[in-house]
Amino acid sequence: MLEIKNLHAKVEGEDIHILKGVNLKVNAGEIHAIMGPNGSGKSTLSKVVSGHPEYEVTEGEILFNGEDITELDADERAHLGLFLAFQYPVEVPGITNKTLLREAYNTIARANDREELDPIEFEDYIESKLDIINMKDEFLSRSINTGFSGGEKKKNEIFQMAVLNPVLSFLDETDSGLDIDALKVVSDGVNKIANDKNAIVMITHYQRLLNYIKPDFVHVMMAGKLIKSGGIELAEDLEANGYDALEKELVLNGEAQ
Amino acid sequence: MSEELSDGVKELESMISEEYKYGFTTDVEYEDFPKGISEEIVRELSRVKEEPKWMTDFRVKAYHAWKEMEEPTWFNATYNKPDFENMLYYSAPKKKPQLDSMDDVDPNIRETYEKLGIPLEEQKMLSNVAVDAVFDSVSIFTSFKEKLAEAGVIFCSMSEAIKEHPELIKKYLASVIPVRDNFYSALNSAVFSDGSFCYIPKNTKCPMELSTYFRINNMNSGQFERTLIVAEEGASVSYLEGCTAPMYDENQLHAAVVELVALDDADIKYSTIQNWYAGDENGKGGIYNFVTKRGICKGKNSHISWTQLETGSAVTLKYPSVILQGDNSVGEFYSVAVTTKKQQADTGTKMIHLGKNTKSTIISKGISAGQSNNSYRGEVKISKNATGSKNYSVCDSMLIGQECGAHTFPYISSENSSSSVEHEATTSRVGEEQIFYLMQRGISEQDAISMIINGFVKDVLKELPLEFAVEANKLLDVKLEGSVG
Repeated sequence: MLEIKNLHAKVEGEDIHILKGVNLKVNAGEIHAIMGPNGSGKSTLSKVVSGHPEYEVTEGEILFNGEDITELDADERAHLGLFLAFQYPVEVPGITNKTLLREAYNTIARANDREELDPIEFEDYIESKLDIINMKDEFLSRSINTGFSGGEKKKNEIFQMAVLNPVLSFLDETDSGLDIDALKVVSDGVNKIANDKNAIVMITHYQRLLNYIKPDFVHVMMAGKLIKSGGIELAEDLEANGYDALEKELVLNGEAQ
Repeated sequence: MSEELSDGVKELESMISEEYKYGFTTDVEYEDFPKGISEEIVRELSRVKEEPKWMTDFRVKAYHAWKEMEEPTWFNATYNKPDFENMLYYSAPKKKPQLDSMDDVDPNIRETYEKLGIPLEEQKMLSNVAVDAVFDSVSIFTSFKEKLAEAGVIFCSMSEAIKEHPELIKKYLASVIPVRDNFYSALNSAVFSDGSFCYIPKNTKCPMELSTYFRINNMNSGQFERTLIVAEEGASVSYLEGCTAPMYDENQLHAAVVELVALDDADIKYSTIQNWYAGDENGKGGIYNFVTKRGICKGKNSHISWTQLETGSAVTLKYPSVILQGDNSVGEFYSVAVTTKKQQADTGTKMIHLGKNTKSTIISKGISAGQSNNSYRGEVKISKNATGSKNYSVCDSMLIGQECGAHTFPYISSENSSSSVEHEATTSRVGEEQIFYLMQRGISEQDAISMIINGFVKDVLKELPLEFAVEANKLLDVKLEGSVG
């Protein structure tokens, strides 16, 4: 489904590369976790894959279902079924969640020659998704993320994911800032959305999230590269020994630069 | 955001600086006065308009008052002062003496209004809006007069009102904005050429929206119109004002005076869409929009509401205000001011609480782009006797790009302890992150931008009457839509 090959990227207009040759393959039905210390390039990876204009890809490519999407605009990537749950969801005052989602849903439907939903049909559809994240009805008529608590913002991202039903979702530190109850709700939601046709890439700092959403693969990112991949045991190892220990081990083995 | 403007923001800038669509001129024959101002010009103006002596005296007195006054400089804008000696104070299309129907209006002028999307012909008009069209100095046509007259509503040009309803004009003209109130109100009082007069009798709800469209066509003419609206006890009216002008390299002065009087339980809603020519991207040309607007809630339980969408003019200095004299009266000010290119706007309101339990609400939204400068200036004054009064103010600014400015100058004073004043202000930048967030959800760049702007101004635009809201949205789109897509 997703294939990232030797991806190099930097902030446009600057010299220093943040991604320095990322390789990653994600298939339908898989859940991946990317872990790594602050500043390793995890969030940048999710932004570059979803087409943030601030970044410039200087080398490598991003293939999505075989199509090179490296040069596509963010909205075009969304039409293909790519979704990013933001680490810091953005406030848009004056526009309700419902309005945004109806626009988004129908724009994506149009782009894929699928039938659009009229406001009444959409109302039924969106209401049916509220349960996934234990959301109250009134949530729909509030302005996008405006005045939301940190937890509500994160929940809202997963709610949007449920409504837009993407093929591939990047969850950028969705667990950060959540208390344990909210973490459970959000994780439950993600687990309900996950199926054998879609795929999820979680970006997280902590192993905690992985207790609730079980990944098939865990990757460790450091200095702009995925330096080690494995199963859930890799995350447990990191939790026990920290990133420093892994780095030392890799240096000893001559695997890190 | 990186040092260079991101694509998204650049796009937004170009959308916002969309070419001015109303910049054409109309070829009509004019009856002009010589340029410049003097007592003789003022007298001549009054004579040409066949005004009674009391009006001539009013003007001459105002002229001498103005002569002694200094041009103000306290606002947050810099510009070349208008050249009062090089200005036309009367410029009227040569016309037939009486206009009995649309057929008598100069076809060129009719075409102008059609181009502007303002149909003057009654059968084509929006079902429930009466229009007074002011072309340069003169009211061209007022529609739906008979229907209004049945309800006892007077809606006519100011020139006509001076002749036909002298008692009302004598009683109310300059009763809210004294001649000497400020430099431009004094000048307007001396040389105002026309405008609209509207009178709603006791316990009458005006049966339709009233509307005036102002058009400056002649290059050197200033436009000095005068509007007076009086709502008697229990009366209510909604009034709409729209403005456009051709593009000239010279600056033109628009110095209007608008007075509103609301008696007991009366309700006046005044809405403006101001889209005068704003000048080019180098700041050349454009209208100086120096307008004095003030309403008085004279009676108890009266209500005055100003709503404005200000998108045009090179320089705007304008503070539609409400004097809350009657107990329990309510004043409101809802404003969206958009500045682009080198436009400068210093606009806001004054709410003067004199009566008990008076309430005022101020919602101001400023959007600045390009190298423009957008200031909110507002005064809330609660006097000693205005016990139990309340004010709530919100002033939000949105910046687009790196070179524009937004400023807020709130002046608040409360002289009694039983009143409350609340003031909130925010400044935000339409940034990459907002646009990216919406685009990530599948929405196009253009729609994302339009969503952000619409969300920002929503609280104000919802105050516009329906007929006008459609137009306001269109105008915002013209300003905001561009080359994308």
